[in-house]
Parts: sequence; C-alpha cells; structure tokens
Amino acid sequence: MSTIAAGQSLPESRSSPAFRFAMLLPGGLVTFFLILFALGLVLFLAFRGNDGSLLGAGLTVANFATVASDPLYWTVTLRSLVIAGLVTLATVVTAYPVAYYLAFHAGRRRGLLLFLVTLPFWTSYLLRVFAWKIVLAYNGVLNSALIESGIWSEPTLAFLNTPAAVVVTLAHAYAPFAILPIYVALDTIPKSLLEAASDLGAKPFTSFRRVVLPNSMPGVLAAALVVFVPTVGDYVTPAMVGGPASTMIGSLIQSEFGKANDWPFGAALSVCVMLVILCVVLVARGADRRFGSRT
Amino acid sequence: MSAARTEANAGGRWLGAYVLAYLVFLYLPILLIPLFSFNDSIQAAFPLHGFTLQWYATLYGNPALSGALANSLVIGTIAASGATLCGITVSYMDLYGSSPLAAAISAIARLPILIPGVIVGISLLILVNLVGFGPSRIAIVLGHILVALPTTVVVMRSRFAAIPKTIREAALDLGASDWTTFRRVMLPLSLPAVLSAFMLAFLTSFDEFIVVFFLAGTEPTLPLYIWSQLRFPRSLPTVMALGTAILVVSFIIAALAEFLRHRGLGTARRAAAANPA
Repeated sequence: MSTIAAGQSLPESRSSPAFRFAMLLPGGLVTFFLILFALGLVLFLAFRGNDGSLLGAGLTVANFATVASDPLYWTVTLRSLVIAGLVTLATVVTAYPVAYYLAFHAGRRRGLLLFLVTLPFWTSYLLRVFAWKIVLAYNGVLNSALIESGIWSEPTLAFLNTPAAVVVTLAHAYAPFAILPIYVALDTIPKSLLEAASDLGAKPFTSFRRVVLPNSMPGVLAAALVVFVPTVGDYVTPAMVGGPASTMIGSLIQSEFGKANDWPFGAALSVCVMLVILCVVLVARGADRRFGSRT
Repeated sequence: MSAARTEANAGGRWLGAYVLAYLVFLYLPILLIPLFSFNDSIQAAFPLHGFTLQWYATLYGNPALSGALANSLVIGTIAASGATLCGITVSYMDLYGSSPLAAAISAIARLPILIPGVIVGISLLILVNLVGFGPSRIAIVLGHILVALPTTVVVMRSRFAAIPKTIREAALDLGASDWTTFRRVMLPLSLPAVLSAFMLAFLTSFDEFIVVFFLAGTEPTLPLYIWSQLRFPRSLPTVMALGTAILVVSFIIAALAEFLRHRGLGTARRAAAANPA
C-alpha cells in the first residue's frame, strides 16, 4: 500500500492526493498483488522442496537440477519450442498477405474485413479446438468427407493424436492474433515513402522488399510474440488433439499442479518457461531496434 | 504508370482471392459446430442424416448445465466490472497522472499478454490457497479480471487518447476539480468505449478455459462443463448444440462491442469540432 501512496504529484498537476489515491488503488492492487506478488510466489515455490504443504520446505535448487538432468524435460521443452515456433511461423506468414490487403487494397470493405478477421478472436478457444477434434477424428468430418467423395476407401487414424494436428489446430486458434499488429504496422507506413520509392524507379516488388517489409517488421515481431507466448504454454490442444506423442511443457505444469501434485516442481517448470519467453522477448526487442521501432 | 497500376490491380485481385480463402479457413471449422448440431446422428460425420432439433431440446431441464450457465453469467458480470474499472483508472492515470507509478501500473497491467495462461492459472492457485479461500468463485473472478485487464486497458487507453487534450484542459481551467473533470467530462465522452470494454471483458471471462481450469472449486463455469462432457461420446451432439448457442451469443456481443467502439470515436471528434480551441 505504501508504494501507492508514494506517487508524487508533479508541479503542473494540481490533482488532489485523494483523487490520485482513489484512481491508482484498483489498478495498483491488481497489478502488484495479483500479478507481481503471485509471480513472486511461483519463483519462491520453485526453490522449495515438496513436503506436501502449500509453500513447501527448505531452500533448494533440486527442482532445477531435475529439470536440467532428466532428458524427458529437454525433449518436451524442445518439442514445445518447435511446435510453438512452427505455429508462429505459419500464422505470421499466412496473416501477412491478409494484413497487406487490408492496409493497401481493401478500400470500402476494410471495416467489414477487419471485423470479420477479429471476430473469431472473441469466440471460445475451447470450441475452436473442439471443432478440430470433430474434423480430425477417426469417424470424423475429414475422414467421412474423403470416403464420401471417393478419394479414400478406408478412414485413417493418421490425422488425430499427432504433433501435426496440434500445429494445425493452434495455428487456426491463434490466427486472429497475428493480423491486427501487422495491419497496424503496415497502415502507419507514411504513404510518401511508397510514392518516393516508385518515383525513384523501384519496381513494385523492390519497393515491397526494400521499403514495406522492413517498415512492417515491428508489427511482424509483435504478432510473432502474441502467438508464440500462449502457444508455448498451451496444454488444452495437446490434450484434445495431440495424443501422448505431443505432450508440451504446459501439459507437464498442469499435471504437476493436478495429478502429480508436486507444486514446487511445477513452479520450477513455470520459471523455466518464463525464462525461455524472456529470451524470446529480448531477441524480438533487439530485432525490433534493428528495424528502427516506431512504437 | 498505367502498366504499373494494372499490375497492382491484378495483384490486388489475387490478394483478394487469398483473403477470401483465408476467411473460409478461419470460419469453416467453427461453422461445422452449428452444422452438426442440427444433424440427426450421434456422430459428426458425412453424409448428413437429416434435420433435427432434439439436441437443443436436451439442453432444457439440465440442472448441471443451467447451474454452470448461471455461474458463468455471475462471474462474467463481476469480473468484467472489475476489469473495466481497472482499465478506466489505469489508462486514465497513465495518460494524465504524470507519475512514474501510474506508468508502471499501466505497463504491468498489460504484462499478462506475455504470460502463458497456464502460469497465470497456477500463480493465482498458489495465491488463493495462501490467502485462504482456495479454488472458488472469488478465485475465478480474480483470474478473469487479470485475463481481461490487457484488453480493457488497451481499449480505454486508445479511447482517452482520442479525446482532444483541449477538452480536459478547458474543464480544469474553468475550475472543475480533477474528480469533476473525470466524472462529468471524460467519462461521459468515453462511455461507448466503457461499454465496449465491459462487453469484451465479459466475453473473455465467459469463454475462458485455460485459467479457470485451475481456479474452479465445486461449481464449474460453462467451458468447464463442456470440458467435462467431452469425455462422453454420447453427449457430443449436446455439446455442439450448446456450442452453437455460445457462438451466437459471442458473435452478437462482439459485434455490439465493435460497433460501440467505432461509434464513440465519431462523437468525440464532433465534440472537439464544436469546441474549437
């Protein structure tokens, strides 16, 4: 609470302390208590031993030693990174032309199209994943459609319970996340830059490669980040369409806080995930600076 | 020049076709849920077996389902109110508070975008157990305030930023207190965005599964009820009927929120034009 009261009023603002306190209180409580303090608890728990109590016992790095020495965790972490990386690549590459069309070609249809591509963002994630389960199932939509149309004679098990199913499902579920940041980056490129490029004799493709693409990179990086973060920690899609061969790091965290009931170890896994994300954020920020951030 | 323009137009047409294909990919899997919810068969497979409404009939008189629905509505309303209140105050102080603390709070409030849901879930699970009330409806409300917070902050921040600075300065120069300026000038001008933020936060909570999975006690929300039903192949059509109803409600609320967000911007600009500085 003392942190909130510490907010000093600058000379130009005549605001009363009571007003400032009231306005900072709700956000301050949520951000400091629910976000920072709760994350601090995870960090604390990661260095405790599991003795069945809520906050564990002792002070130890044994959890991290297990994570580092057991090849299972390396395999699962690597798999999560590969799956999340593929999903990010697929969503960003497929979203870019849509964002480009919205920024430069959509004309009067821009508002409607923007609405249509963002609408699925607000529908249930669980239902979007569930839709893929009924598409890919053994006696599901894709198999029955292929047999009905005479392309295949036997239903195949090859769709469901594969890492590929996880990649396709996640890429579809997070597709709407990628378009908006890229669109905003493209839309804010000054039109004079494009005119200058064409006046100086650049062919459309050259001006795209040398002017539009580098200038839109901050949006591309932001899009990659908002897709990568939720997918790398996902546990619902692997459970629903992935099968045992697609267990991801989020699935392990979930089971440590559920069936396996080793909270300190689950906390240590969470800390590792956050460290991986921190590295990715730093790399993205470095790349953003190289492209000259406008945000 | 005209050759380049023709080329650009041809490129635009190809891109237009691509965008259409993309939209089909985006919507086709989702639209399968309503399609098979009217199909007279337990299995979601072709060929279709004829039209039926029986799966919708099974939704009525199901106490577990109506309990989960009531739960989701109450939690969604409370969490959306909390998230909207935080979104308004955090973004207002970020823009006009001129204090490092307000800027820090605003930055941290948008941090949950960079935390996977599973970690938000377990960190709050530890917290609510430490505080004492454990997994419960209060725990879910807290979790959903957190999940919806980045959205409400972004919506309200862009809205406050779109109101011309002169309006607030005029109110302060004419002697209105901070509180009056906020309540009588800035809040009414951003009312459509407040409603929009509330609706989007409500939708976020109503559809949220990843975080609520860790925080629910004995009373499930609607997504948790769906998850529990997915184990039984026989209840698949019922889940699709329920899913269709949820999709329709989500589409309507999202469309309304989007409409309000854009309508509001026009009002602010007109207000600015009517009061030139």
